[in-house]
Amino acid sequence: MATLLIPTPLRKFTNNEARFQSAGGSVKSVINDLITTFDGLKPHLLDGDGNIRSFVKVYLEDEDIQSLDNEQTEVNQDSIISIIPAIAGGAI
Amino acid sequence: MSTDFSKAELERYSRHLIIPEFNIEGQRKLKNAKVLVIGSGGLGSPLLLYLAAAGVGTLGIVDFDVVDESNLQRQVLFSVEDVGKPKVEAAAKRIQSLNPHITVNTYNTQFTSQNAKEIVADYDIVADGTDNFPTRYLVNDVCVLLDKVNVYGSIFRFDGQVSVFNFVDEKGNRGPNYRDLFPSPPPPGLVPSCAEGGVIGVLPGIIGSLQANEVIKVISGVGEPLSGRLFLLDAATFETRTMKVKRSASNPLNGENPSITELIDYEQFCGLKVTEKQESLDVKEIDVHALRSLKDNEESFQLIDVREPYEYAIANIAGELMPLNSIEDFAARIDRTKKVVVHCRSGVRSAKAIKKLEDGFGFDNLYNLTGGIRAWAKEIDEEVALY
Repeated sequence: MATLLIPTPLRKFTNNEARFQSAGGSVKSVINDLITTFDGLKPHLLDGDGNIRSFVKVYLEDEDIQSLDNEQTEVNQDSIISIIPAIAGGAI
Repeated sequence: MSTDFSKAELERYSRHLIIPEFNIEGQRKLKNAKVLVIGSGGLGSPLLLYLAAAGVGTLGIVDFDVVDESNLQRQVLFSVEDVGKPKVEAAAKRIQSLNPHITVNTYNTQFTSQNAKEIVADYDIVADGTDNFPTRYLVNDVCVLLDKVNVYGSIFRFDGQVSVFNFVDEKGNRGPNYRDLFPSPPPPGLVPSCAEGGVIGVLPGIIGSLQANEVIKVISGVGEPLSGRLFLLDAATFETRTMKVKRSASNPLNGENPSITELIDYEQFCGLKVTEKQESLDVKEIDVHALRSLKDNEESFQLIDVREPYEYAIANIAGELMPLNSIEDFAARIDRTKKVVVHCRSGVRSAKAIKKLEDGFGFDNLYNLTGGIRAWAKEIDEEVALY
């Protein structure tokens, strides 16, 4: 199972789970699997057209998927996928 | 370089001077360096303390704020006696007492598109210790436009990020900047609200110290700066990762077709102006003095608090707790026959709650407490904790 790491700002949508396991064969299928399981995450990860939002980075291991095959990037059973949000600090 | 050190300086910096690859040349570079630290809060505190202690010759501090009691949980530059004083003043005094051999310049002003270029121009390196998206993009853009290195650090709750942006290596290759990583900020609605904010106090100490280390590496040329890489720390799980960051052809500052050649309006870029307007116009308001009259005159009204239980535990004014996230579940408990005052911490969430209740359930008797419980604590009852 590929492992997806959830950053703390998004864990309120995943019952505080920091990791999500998915059988998915591509980054897109893993993300779809994630938002099907935790539907509150959807607006935070995808825009109206279903694309990953520009203020959210998705990495496969230490590579930005934009420098790989974007959402079609293949993942295997040992893959670690990370969601990296833009964070700014404490001010509201 | 001809910078000479006094005996006192040689003794003070001796633990640097005996590192073979750092030695007195590295220390000279520090002494000749000018570093601007933007924000003297959680990140700025360790940055300023360590850069001053290390002997960076000129330090600039930008901050418009005054020291608040709630800063002391993490902003280790400040002491109890500094509360109420301008941060730059207290910070300068503290670091000058730590190292009298350095020069400290203070800018007791908000860092804006109007003054950013003038302030940054005099420095070699900028360390970003800010706490909001508009200023982060401003810091990034001014550094790219003026060709300065931007040592970036950011925190949220248990998460920390560090990188070195716009760094040119010895071969002349320029590294990525913040806009290569995040081309645009999250819209205000998706930025964590005050109910979801907060930061564990030690985290800025860790991240700000890592930034200070990167500043020293960039100045001295020792080691490999964190350029083209983003360091991530999850202090809760102690997971650390270092990701690659590449330059993007579509970067509006220095990609293939640059569209930003001057500083812009960053509040607007981050969508903040629109939100404030919408939220202040859409619901009926009541101020804390009017609420006090309602209470004093024992008029019949309902007071609803839409914050979270952990916030209620910090301070409350006896409102009925109905958190915003599940406000719809409480609709049946809200009176339709008398005035209902709705409050949160500062007035934003309660406005959203009212909007939900008006749109979804047809209420027309809801009033938003302007400024929330913070205004109550400041203007009516000083016994209520201000957070």
